[in-house]
Amino acid sequence: MNVVFYLLAAITLAGGLAAVLLKHLVHCALATTVAFAGLALLFLQLDAQFAGFAQILVYIGAVAILIVFAILLTRGSELPKGGVFSRTWFVGLVIAAGVFSVLAWAVLESVRGIPQQTAVPAVTVHDIGNALVGRYVLPLEIVGLLLTAATIGAVIVAMHEKERRQ
Amino acid sequence: MTSMGMTTPLAGYLLVAALLFAIGLAGALVRRNAILVLIGIELMLNAANLNLIAFWRFGPHPEALTGMMFALFSIAVAAAEAAVGLGLVIAIHRQTNTTELDKIDRMKG
Repeated sequence: MNVVFYLLAAITLAGGLAAVLLKHLVHCALATTVAFAGLALLFLQLDAQFAGFAQILVYIGAVAILIVFAILLTRGSELPKGGVFSRTWFVGLVIAAGVFSVLAWAVLESVRGIPQQTAVPAVTVHDIGNALVGRYVLPLEIVGLLLTAATIGAVIVAMHEKERRQ
Repeated sequence: MTSMGMTTPLAGYLLVAALLFAIGLAGALVRRNAILVLIGIELMLNAANLNLIAFWRFGPHPEALTGMMFALFSIAVAAAEAAVGLGLVIAIHRQTNTTELDKIDRMKG
């Protein structure tokens, strides 16, 4: 526990909070990017360099851009008339608070039993590559197939259907 | 109680992840815009990834790479989910001209 951890945690949580609370959707997307970047830095802080850079490339590079594209394509930058929060917002807030209390209680109750290895894991990108094409080659192939199917599916779903309109 | 939780670094990361998960859940439950709900779901997935990486880092066998691999595959699946989800939002917007979730009630019985 050091200053860097608290700083990164504060950045991440502030980004998440802003993403949920801000009115303009474009601002929300930018705040989400801040949260993603904070998480990537937390991964780096956890000595998981590969996961950190994957997080930067995938989330900041792809997902955030996708979100901005979706906002602009659906004209989400205009403010809705009925407010940005749903009518049952209080119930949602209570559920979220309840989930957090249960999770925090579970963490704090089991704080003595949880592992606390302090040695930095000696894992190189070479090891990760070997594991990906060795022990985890089948999941890797399945994820490749899933990504292909999801990309084609997303294009087909979002494609303009002129014939059906007429 | 909080000071006890901060004695081990893993507990701190788990608490941050729990808080981020709750923020994402609140966003998914409270906002009216479909894109914001998707952002909330992404935040929840990211919180889970933080748990996986933290357990990998402080667990007994980091050289087995299990938690790291779980997080990497989770990132890939989340990217696929975001692509399909946002594609659906765009398709629904084209049909109904709105992304407000309480106005998309065509299937309401």
